[in-house]
Amino acid sequence: MTELLKIDNLVTEFSIQKKRVSAVRGVSLQVRKGKTLVILGESGSGKSVMLRSILNLKPAGARISGSIKLGEEELLTKSPKEMEGIRGNRIAMIFQDALSALDPLYRVGEQIVETIAAHRKIGKAEAKSQVAELLGKVGIPSPEERMRAFPHEMSGGMRQRAVIAMALACKPDLLLADEPTTALDVTIQAQILRLFKEIQAEYGMSIVLVTHDIGVAAEMADDIAVMYAGKIVEYGRARQILSAPAHPYTVGLIEATPKRGQKGKLSAIPGQPPLITAMPEGCSFADRCPMARSSCREVTPAFTHYGEAHIAACYLLEEEQPVAQ
Amino acid sequence: MAINAPTAGGTAALATAGREPSRAAQIWKSFSRRKVALAALVVLLLIVLACLLAPWVAPYGPNDGAVTDRLKEVGSAGHVLGTDEQGRDILSRILYGGRLSLLSGVLPVLLASVIGGGLGVAAGYFGGWTNTIIMRALDIVFSFPAILLAIGISAALGPGISNIIISATVVFIPPIARIAESAAKEVRKEEFIEAAKTSGAGAGLIVRSHVLRNIFGKIFVFSTSQIGVCLMVASGLSFLGLGVSPPTPEWGFMLNNLKQLIFVNPVVTIVPGIFIFLTSLSLNLVSDALSDALELKR
Repeated sequence: MTELLKIDNLVTEFSIQKKRVSAVRGVSLQVRKGKTLVILGESGSGKSVMLRSILNLKPAGARISGSIKLGEEELLTKSPKEMEGIRGNRIAMIFQDALSALDPLYRVGEQIVETIAAHRKIGKAEAKSQVAELLGKVGIPSPEERMRAFPHEMSGGMRQRAVIAMALACKPDLLLADEPTTALDVTIQAQILRLFKEIQAEYGMSIVLVTHDIGVAAEMADDIAVMYAGKIVEYGRARQILSAPAHPYTVGLIEATPKRGQKGKLSAIPGQPPLITAMPEGCSFADRCPMARSSCREVTPAFTHYGEAHIAACYLLEEEQPVAQ
Repeated sequence: MAINAPTAGGTAALATAGREPSRAAQIWKSFSRRKVALAALVVLLLIVLACLLAPWVAPYGPNDGAVTDRLKEVGSAGHVLGTDEQGRDILSRILYGGRLSLLSGVLPVLLASVIGGGLGVAAGYFGGWTNTIIMRALDIVFSFPAILLAIGISAALGPGISNIIISATVVFIPPIARIAESAAKEVRKEEFIEAAKTSGAGAGLIVRSHVLRNIFGKIFVFSTSQIGVCLMVASGLSFLGLGVSPPTPEWGFMLNNLKQLIFVNPVVTIVPGIFIFLTSLSLNLVSDALSDALELKR
């Protein structure tokens, strides 16, 4: 079996002012063992909610349905206690802002020890030496000393490294990363991405990385899923999607990315994503799509298979294919 | 085995981290910049120490009276703060009585911090129905005027210092719970709480380690500011005869006892009041400065 995580028809609903709205509207995805899946999308497309749904983390009143399988195990039917045993242990998560993801009143080392202690019965001294080893592994100099630092005493890049070390503490099978480099400057960003690849090679873990940055996606992805308004609109191998995007939204995203040597005005996708409280009928991208027709606004398009393991949800694909200029 | 080369930023941060003064030192530096607070702290320490060491410091026993020494003025030889109608030395009675008075100022706040803090954290962290039930129940208690409620409870339980402590505790639970609730609500939204959840921490562990540690400062500062108030409430109850029974010295009750001398010896009469006032004022000044100092850096 090559899939580590299999998500099927995932729906995450919230109540907003007594009305039920869905932030994730039927997402199906596979994460391959030892590979990186990048989820690409704008702010508010439901990427982060989906990522949290994998860990069954939801605000009060939210409902998650569908199926999430880690290996052979269904995660959505697990008890809260069982989920606590999985979080941080088999699935770990990294957040965008390392400063706020670390408790300001704890020394960095203590927080990592806490994670290990939640899942493994080991002595304090042993946990400490493990933490020092981890911090060294993620490239933090003189780890024994840095363990005693408070989060505010570290630089942004160092903090993100510490958070990564915390995620690696129990050698998870799957690492979820929610825009892990967005808060960092570009040089540090490149270092952190390289670190991700190195730890992936060493631990053989799968990574799900959420980003809105196509550059990051191109650098990291084995597979890409493009998310729009709570749905996957295109999914496939990174190479195919970046070189021959099928869905008009993906085409728009790629064209809105500056390229080397490009002159003139950068093109942008007109309009705004639809509000979660007012989802249109049919294709949710139709209102912003340059190629939309009347049928698009009636029924949501199904996925069209488009080459090997490459799918996209658009009516146009049945006849013509949109091509990036 | 380092996978990645260390960056210059890391070593620079390391250098500054080493030289940063400790947190305690920072708080003390900010606190001691306020001369008034410093003076208040000295006064407070003097009063507390003198009361604790009363058997060694006080010139007389608390109940040693001599008929010949009755109704001495403040400043009389051998009786610096005068004597009462039974010839007992006021200074000695103040020092011995201070132990009970201070205890009835500190203990209710301490108990209320534990109980109210616990209720508030539970309400704030778990939210929803838990919050509604706990906070609305406390609102009912809160809706009574504090002093009246304390008098009511004390009167119902009967006179005695332990009943004063109980009634004062009840009065101070709701405000402390409110502070704890709002602080816990704030902390609950922090990303490190979510990060702790994603690392597999259960609610118990999160509350114990992250929530309590992060709201401790707020509760501590508020509670210390309430000790002065509590001292006044307890003294007030005692003044009304709901506290100690004679001849045990206690500031509030002494005030009651001496009030009959107000036309004979007016200055002696107000001595216990001055001690209540001084202690309460110093406590407030210290807690004020402390709250500023603690907010220096998070």
